Amino acid sequence: MKYLCLVYADEAELNALPQDQVDALIDETMATNEELAASGHLILAEALEQVASAATVRVRDGRLSATDGPFAETNEQLGGFWLIEARDLNEAIHIAGRLPSARVGTVEVRPVIDLLRERSPR
Amino acid sequence: MTRPAHQVEPRERLANLYRAESRRVLATLVRLLGDFDLAEEALQDAFAAAVEQWPRDGIPANPRAWLVSTGRFKAIDRLRRRARFDALLGELAARLDEQAPDPAEQADELLEDDRLRLIFTCCHPALPPDAQVAMTLREVCGLTTEEIARAFLTAPPTVAQRIVRAKARIRDARISYEVPSPAELPERLEPVLRVVYLIFTEGYAPAAGDAVLRADLADEAIRLGRLLVDLLPEPEPEALGLLALLLLHHSRRAARATADGEVVLLPDQDRSLWDRQQIAEGAGLLRRASASGRIGPYTLQAAIAAAHAEAPTAEATDWDQIVRLYDLLARADPSPVIELNRAAAVAMRDGPATGLSLIDAILARGQLDTFPLAHAARADLLRRLGRIPEARAAYQRALDLSRQEPQRRFLRRRLRELGHPADDG
Repeated sequence: MKYLCLVYADEAELNALPQDQVDALIDETMATNEELAASGHLILAEALEQVASAATVRVRDGRLSATDGPFAETNEQLGGFWLIEARDLNEAIHIAGRLPSARVGTVEVRPVIDLLRERSPR
Repeated sequence: MTRPAHQVEPRERLANLYRAESRRVLATLVRLLGDFDLAEEALQDAFAAAVEQWPRDGIPANPRAWLVSTGRFKAIDRLRRRARFDALLGELAARLDEQAPDPAEQADELLEDDRLRLIFTCCHPALPPDAQVAMTLREVCGLTTEEIARAFLTAPPTVAQRIVRAKARIRDARISYEVPSPAELPERLEPVLRVVYLIFTEGYAPAAGDAVLRADLADEAIRLGRLLVDLLPEPEPEALGLLALLLLHHSRRAARATADGEVVLLPDQDRSLWDRQQIAEGAGLLRRASASGRIGPYTLQAAIAAAHAEAPTAEATDWDQIVRLYDLLARADPSPVIELNRAAAVAMRDGPATGLSLIDAILARGQLDTFPLAHAARADLLRRLGRIPEARAAYQRALDLSRQEPQRRFLRRRLRELGHPADDG
């Protein structure tokens, strides 16, 4: 099964980290990703720009609108994601717990669903 | 140590091997690495290495030993790499590297013992019962979190949390990974047998929902029951009795429901559909358990199931023997449910009026007031006594309490037969 691990963290807190801690976090993250790739668990992992760079898009009545910033204002912002392959939810949780980001933020683990299975038969 | 692959494709062989061996390999890796999560990572690494190497180099002569030793090596390697960020892991890697003997050289008995260690750890009395069940199904049977959740009609995150907490508890309380000593065995076996029994009953008569989905839980329980009988150094009588009980109940599965999922009660079952082979196996196990002279509750329940299984027709059932077995069972393991079953057997031996007064006495104590089967049994006796309005009221009460779909359909049918449509309110 595929799971998406969404990392939420307080950007202000992250911005306040001294550079050597940021470096250590990045090195450890790269090493963890290598491990996850070697064990066949990693599908894709990316870090995201800060929310100030976000645009929110909607189409209503055929008209596109784009607004600044994220859809919802929260204390913790989405900062990155890991798309992983795991045997089950417990393995996914274990992998999420190994992500260095779990120590600075929180990781939401969401199973990926197969849209075609959700669809009623044609 | 390798030989060229032939006939079976390595990949296909590997998939079969994963099903057959992954739990054994995990059980040994937990011992060698001292940690469930590390062992699980090592197991995945070992199979990943096999996928890469076996098609190229051929399948090793002893695949299990290869997987164990590869998994252990990979885990130590992993810890060493992580030591860059956490020095403690480096120490752990060094300790594991020194301590563990080469698993390839280990005797098969030790590896078999690992499976018992795994079962006893998953069912450790320090873990709450629902965690014992979840751990056993995931770690020993290899079910996924999602499969366990579906089987018990629970949300996957709830099951996941039980497992995470159980593993943390095992780690924090330093629960040792061992087969209990002969002196402790009966006490430590008790929760193991209860977990196996719970898994079976959930598959056999699920507490809620549609039964058809959960037949494989009963199969898992039987597999676990066999494992205990095969692996315990001296088969404990109650382990034999439990497996006998499961087989004797399971032997009736084809007769327990009609093709469209309607419940068929024991007296109405087509006995030619009963699985004679399972009955014979169950009866054999029961004889071995009884011969021990230490007869516990599971063995007594198996003896009751055998008395039904061996009756050629419902009318030929030896109700006197069954009542006497219930008397023993009520003494060995007193519970209102057993009293209820005894009352139903007494009703068959001495007539519905006698049975009814026993059930009314149990209900008057308030213990089974919310148990649908107590009201259904009472309704049945009232019906046989011709007290139809009271029978209807009792069936209706059972229907109001029941959450099992097949049972509800059965109760609605009974109500219709008594000329009274069910009130589903």
